[in-house]
Amino acid sequence: MDRRDAAWYIDKVAQWVVFVGGISAIVFIVGIFVFITKEGLDFVLGPLNLGEFFTSIAWRPTSNNPTYGALALIVGTASVTGFAMLLSVPLSLGAALFIAEFATGKTREVLKVLVEMLAAIPSVVWGFVGMSIMHPLIMRIFDVPLGLGVLNAGLILGLMAAPIMTTIAEDALKAVPDTYREAAEALGATRWEVIFKVVIPASRNGLLAAVLLGVGRGFGETMAVLMASGHAINIPTSPFDSVRALTATIASELGDTVRGGDHWGSLFTLGILLFVVTFVINLTADIVVRGIRKK
Amino acid sequence: MVDGVGLAQPRPSSFGPLYDGPPIIEVRDLGISYGGKPALRDASFDIYRHEIFGIIGPANSGKTSFLRALNRMDDFTTGMEVRGSIHINGKDVNDWRNLYALRSRIGVVLPLPVGLPLSVYDNVAFSPRLRGIRKKAQLDEVVERCLTRAALWDEVKDRLGSLGSLLSGGQQQRLTIARALSQEPELLLLDEFSIAVDPVTTMRIEDVLKDLRSELTIVLVTNLVQQARRLADRTAFFLTGELVEIGATEDLFEGNVKDERTTGYIEGRYG
Ligand SMILES: Nc1ncnc2c1ncn2[C@@H]1O[C@H](COP(=O)(O)OP(=O)(O)OP(=O)(O)O)[C@@H](O)[C@H]1O
Ligand SMILES: [Mg+2]
Repeated sequence: MDRRDAAWYIDKVAQWVVFVGGISAIVFIVGIFVFITKEGLDFVLGPLNLGEFFTSIAWRPTSNNPTYGALALIVGTASVTGFAMLLSVPLSLGAALFIAEFATGKTREVLKVLVEMLAAIPSVVWGFVGMSIMHPLIMRIFDVPLGLGVLNAGLILGLMAAPIMTTIAEDALKAVPDTYREAAEALGATRWEVIFKVVIPASRNGLLAAVLLGVGRGFGETMAVLMASGHAINIPTSPFDSVRALTATIASELGDTVRGGDHWGSLFTLGILLFVVTFVINLTADIVVRGIRKK
Repeated sequence: MVDGVGLAQPRPSSFGPLYDGPPIIEVRDLGISYGGKPALRDASFDIYRHEIFGIIGPANSGKTSFLRALNRMDDFTTGMEVRGSIHINGKDVNDWRNLYALRSRIGVVLPLPVGLPLSVYDNVAFSPRLRGIRKKAQLDEVVERCLTRAALWDEVKDRLGSLGSLLSGGQQQRLTIARALSQEPELLLLDEFSIAVDPVTTMRIEDVLKDLRSELTIVLVTNLVQQARRLADRTAFFLTGELVEIGATEDLFEGNVKDERTTGYIEGRYG
């Protein structure tokens, strides 16, 4: 009777495989963090002046008298991401609502496939769209001398982030059981009342995850921003101003640095900053979500 | 009766059905099918004001389908087709220009409780809020009254803010009953409500239903024939999509049947 049979062994092996999978995710994240920290550490402990880093816009790592002010880069990334979210959050939540709650049959399937295809467009293609289509378009429509800047990069990034946000948000909405919708409709709620009072509150966590994924995408995106933002160190005062993003700075400068030098270290410090910000965003979201759940 | 289920009714002084008044529900040649497969055929009957109308029958006999047709949930079910007509208060349910208003006047309790993903309080306050009641005091009053009627108030009064889904199965079912009552419905549809409820609570709810008869009309689908006997004034027997017969409950249970299959089912010879 009490014999370890095949099912028992399969169960044990499966447990291990899943465990190793889960652990390796943690190991990779920690590993990456350790790596970028190690590379940036000499710089952080040595030449870095934190005051200058966060308050000065003078990013001159190659000058004879180098200064490392990252404020313009931070503002650049933040403004482009903010602009992108302004566009993509309503767009993708609207699209997700339509696909999940209103579209049926063929329409739904076609839309889903199209959105997934959009998500697969490489970012360099989006950058290309920014440079060759949006750039002249913005110049013509708004009558400005340059079409590369916050507006352009924000639009491109927004369009880039929207499909993946739509997909995640749609999954979250679909995960709300139909019985909830049916129960609310039986109480006499209209479609909109059902959506706003039942479906959205029930899928809040998933929707928040979708938005955060979008923010993360915006923060981390490099190529398209590099191409569409104008890549000029600048604190923007209008949506048409050029800016430079943290990621684009790392990508464009890392190849020209001496491994282990100050410039190299400063770029890794930007990396640490990106990592920390992403981490804080996720942590905040987690706390917010937990807070909502407790209530 | 001019129009609408929502008009105030003169309350009868004593309990019991008003067989002399116009029926509240008139079903004519009702046929229901799913993607061409019939679930109910050619049913015609009336349901009277302030009666508890029992529907019994084995699985797949079309009982739930009938309830779904009553509050027009066919709109929600892809492939469900309804033929014939159902009039509620003299008005064809298909002629309602505001479907939501129709549904808001019909309370529904399903076999397994479907708590909305909201707190206990918000579950019961959902429908009043849809009707535009905003004042806290007024909502508090409705919530307490409905929960009390559903024999749940004492158990949940200290945890109104916690999620409805954290209650026990039987409590959740009583919560959905409270929610249905919060609609101040004129018609209450119960579909095998006691599946997830213990016998003691079932008896308490049955007492509540008897009381409610003075205020509204109840259609009670049940697979416990004794429950129909205890509660229903008249009972209909459905069998695989056929309305076999309708009669005063006592008659059916005493063997005064037109169709022998009814007695057969009541005595447990089907399913
Ligand atoms: N959504 C649906 N799609 C397709 N067929 C359905 C659907 N709902 C019910 N049916 C079919 O309609 C017939 C009647 O079902 P119904 O749910 O009305 O039976 P019931 O009398 O309520 O049974 P039970 O006592 O098991 O609840 C069954 O054959 C069932 O398979
Ligand atoms: Mg049923």
